[in-house]
Amino acid sequence: MTDKDQYLVRKEPFYQQQGNEVALYEAAYRNKLPVMVKGPTGCGKSRFVEYMAWKLNKPLITVACNEDMTASDLVGRYLLDANGTRWLDGPLTTAARIGAICYLDEIVEARQDTTVVIHPLTDHRRTLPLDKKGELIEAHPDFQLVISYNPGYQNLMKDLKQSTKQRFTGFAFDYPTAELEASILAKEAGLDEATAAKLVKIGHTARNLKGHGLDEGISTRLLVYAATLIKDGIHPHDACRMALVQPITDDADIRATLEHAIDATFA
Amino acid sequence: MTAITTEQLQAYRARLDTRFPQVEAIFEASMAEAILSLSTRGMDAYLDAARALGKLGRGAEPMLIFLEEWPAVAAAAGEDSLPKVMQLISGLQRSPNSRAINPFLQNLAAVARRLPSAEQLDDYLAIINDLTERTTGSIHGHHSTFPSPGLPEFLAQAPFLLNQLALSGVRNWVDYGIRNYHHHPERQAEFFSLQSADSRAVMQRERHGTLFVDVERKLDLYLRGLWNDSEQLVPYSTAFDELRKPIPYYDKLGIRVPDVQDDAGEIKAIDRYRATLAHIVGHRRWSLPQIADNWSPFQRMAVEFFEDCRIDTLLIREYPGLARILLGLHPKPVEDACDPETTSCLRHRLAMLSRALLDPAHGYTNADLNDFVQRFHAIMAGGESSTRDIAGLALSYVAKTRRQSDQFAKVHFDNTVIDYRDDNRQLWQFIEPGDEEEAFDEKRKIEPDEEITGLPPRHYPEWDYNSQSYRPDWVSLYEALHPSGNATDIDKLLQKHAGTAKQLKRILDLLKPQDKVRIRYQEEGSELDLDVAIRSLIDLKGGAQPDPRINMSHRTSGRDIAVSLVLDLSESLNEKVAGSEQSILQLSQEAVSLLAWAIEKLGDPLAIAGFSSNTRHDVRYQHIKGFSEKWNDEVKGRLAAIQAGFSTRMGAAMRHAGHYLGKRKADKKLMLILTDGQPADIDVTDPRALIEDARQAVNELDRDGIFTYCISLDPKADEYVSDIFGRQYTVIDRIETLPEKLPELFIALTK
Repeated sequence: MTDKDQYLVRKEPFYQQQGNEVALYEAAYRNKLPVMVKGPTGCGKSRFVEYMAWKLNKPLITVACNEDMTASDLVGRYLLDANGTRWLDGPLTTAARIGAICYLDEIVEARQDTTVVIHPLTDHRRTLPLDKKGELIEAHPDFQLVISYNPGYQNLMKDLKQSTKQRFTGFAFDYPTAELEASILAKEAGLDEATAAKLVKIGHTARNLKGHGLDEGISTRLLVYAATLIKDGIHPHDACRMALVQPITDDADIRATLEHAIDATFA
Repeated sequence: MTAITTEQLQAYRARLDTRFPQVEAIFEASMAEAILSLSTRGMDAYLDAARALGKLGRGAEPMLIFLEEWPAVAAAAGEDSLPKVMQLISGLQRSPNSRAINPFLQNLAAVARRLPSAEQLDDYLAIINDLTERTTGSIHGHHSTFPSPGLPEFLAQAPFLLNQLALSGVRNWVDYGIRNYHHHPERQAEFFSLQSADSRAVMQRERHGTLFVDVERKLDLYLRGLWNDSEQLVPYSTAFDELRKPIPYYDKLGIRVPDVQDDAGEIKAIDRYRATLAHIVGHRRWSLPQIADNWSPFQRMAVEFFEDCRIDTLLIREYPGLARILLGLHPKPVEDACDPETTSCLRHRLAMLSRALLDPAHGYTNADLNDFVQRFHAIMAGGESSTRDIAGLALSYVAKTRRQSDQFAKVHFDNTVIDYRDDNRQLWQFIEPGDEEEAFDEKRKIEPDEEITGLPPRHYPEWDYNSQSYRPDWVSLYEALHPSGNATDIDKLLQKHAGTAKQLKRILDLLKPQDKVRIRYQEEGSELDLDVAIRSLIDLKGGAQPDPRINMSHRTSGRDIAVSLVLDLSESLNEKVAGSEQSILQLSQEAVSLLAWAIEKLGDPLAIAGFSSNTRHDVRYQHIKGFSEKWNDEVKGRLAAIQAGFSTRMGAAMRHAGHYLGKRKADKKLMLILTDGQPADIDVTDPRALIEDARQAVNELDRDGIFTYCISLDPKADEYVSDIFGRQYTVIDRIETLPEKLPELFIALTK
């Protein structure tokens, strides 16, 4: 049996509630409803899931999905060893056995035929057939499936099938309001509120430019990076340039505008 | 310096040796000025030169102008320039251009003030020499018969030009004018007197400072990003209004900003634009129009100053970094610069106040001023305040500080213009349409008979290979939908080529280009798929049936090519092909039909257009098929109706086609040009000119990711076509094979 404790979230992750999402998630978990979390990059989707696992004191198994992932990467496969072959559970199977929350991050990156293996786990059956092994796993009562994706940047080809989408309850995340975001920066990086508010302001500048040369605005995560650098004693101009401007764009005009915003904000 | 003595004056007068009576009126004053700025040696040279000018035989005028102007020139550029100036004058005197001597002397002082060094003045003289030499006409080998038409005009404009352009810019501008108009006296005069459109356009290009067009996107991003606002930005010209400089403003149609800005001290030009935009956005956010009817002009002016300061304060609150820019642009009036006994000081007082409201370190001591600064800050401490509250404060300021002298006609203007602010026209609302200026220019209706036909022309630049520069907005291109004809004609043509079509179809079915996709689970493939292979090995070892499909291969699927086919519809297409009854036009029709049919089968988006030209003012670009149109009867009808006429100005047509093709979202963009001759037009005498322009157009398209390919039907094309298209061309010698060749060529290109 796999060691269940290794998947537990031991330390409370910092999570700033934006609405009543914690209560809603708890209700979904009580009733074992699968959950979908969507929102722009770096807005706190993964942090939210981690926080809920800690709050519910359940193990959390995270899988970062990618295009080359096959169904057996999720379910499990036979491996060679000295005496022949040995079955190794995949993360999804492990979670179903030990009663963990299985979190499939950026699920749309996986190919559509791969994602179909989660279907039997997400409806009333709550089973996982292992066809190669000839086993049918009944999901542990504590098991829950959570997926996340970012509806913004995907192209037409990368979308979930309706049959997959309609197995989940959904949370739509967005960047927090300015005050909330400032307090997040303050708590996460230990920065003073005034400087944090300035960073948030620069963040909003970039978010206003989304669709005008920027695919995605500055995420809360990047703002936290900038706050961390400032806290470490880096000059705010340099910190912002390094954490907020350089990563998001190669467009000279946008860079000039953001740098002006930095100059104007940090007088 | 000592004052001039009567004795000296007489000596000078004698030395001048002239009997023109007009001299007496100015002599004494000129000498007094000259003796202040000239050395003794310079004084001698000055008098000798004046004497020489008096004896030119051109009346008293040259000498009088010289006497008056030279001391100022010498003060600005140094007296050592005199020999060179005199040399130029004697050159003009000996040529047919002697008429230009007076304007030259007249503007010399104004020019010298802009060019405050002897070297720069030398350069200026060199420009004049160059212009004179190259534009003075000659007939039948007799040199210098006709005066230069542009020279007097240029000399008259010189101070203005030097105000707008750096000396190198003036040189380029002059050079452009000479190159393009040296055969055309009237046009030349128009160019050098800044009356023609391209003269102004070239000048705009050469101007110093930051051009609006270069920073437009940055400003747009600035508005969106920092202020979450978006508005059309409309530049106004600052070059041609000397008396009343336009001021930024905004209305329903957009925000008006100057077309060029210079750096102001430490403040960069882009930041000046940003300050203007921020200020206007501030008004849009926080200002409410006030009813102006009951307030006097002075009251309104005070309200504007106060309200502007409120806006700026709020802006700085939003972005503290703006303070550096705004204060850098804000004038700092000296406290006692204005004498209230003789001058109207209201502007001065308000500008000082405005400075003090924004700048905590203003250092003004006036008690009223400081009192109102405090009251202003007290109001602003409570929040955003409002236009109405701040207007109340402004009115009480006017009441408190009013002086009789405010009514004086002489107004103190120095250091009171705050040029990043707009003209506040949105701040006022008039209940009665009064005697204000705006009341007169309302209600301008378009006359009902002015019907708009066709789209307005698009202007494209043309490459001038002599100077390696673009002629801005040189070509006017008119686009339209091609008139329709009989679609069945095209169907008949297609039927005629049914055999070729069948052949083509087979090739088309085999076409599978682009977009690499990995296919896994192949028994035979190009590479071993490790994941699958290991799994199969495990199955094998485990005793299960292994999967033999352990290879993978790549294939290309889906095409993403946008094609634009540009047809040359010039007159030469009407010629009959040797040994055939058909004209080139008819053969082209057949070929294009087959190609369009083939491309339709492939599903690639295709646009077809034809072009012809009749001088640079009339390039016609006719759409036959749009990218999203199907190959249907409408399109066939248009193709059936194509006619040939006029000339081949290829560069403009390619730029226009590229403008559409560039906007397509496709991996590959292909532009096919079907032509039967070299680029030429009736208003271009140099055969290289349009070839070089087309080559430049190809380079531009290449830079934008568009692949150009030429299909030439001209047997002599080898002489020039590779100059334009490099190696991207095919010459079809036997034109009658065109219908088969064209689709084959396309397929070969896109396989």
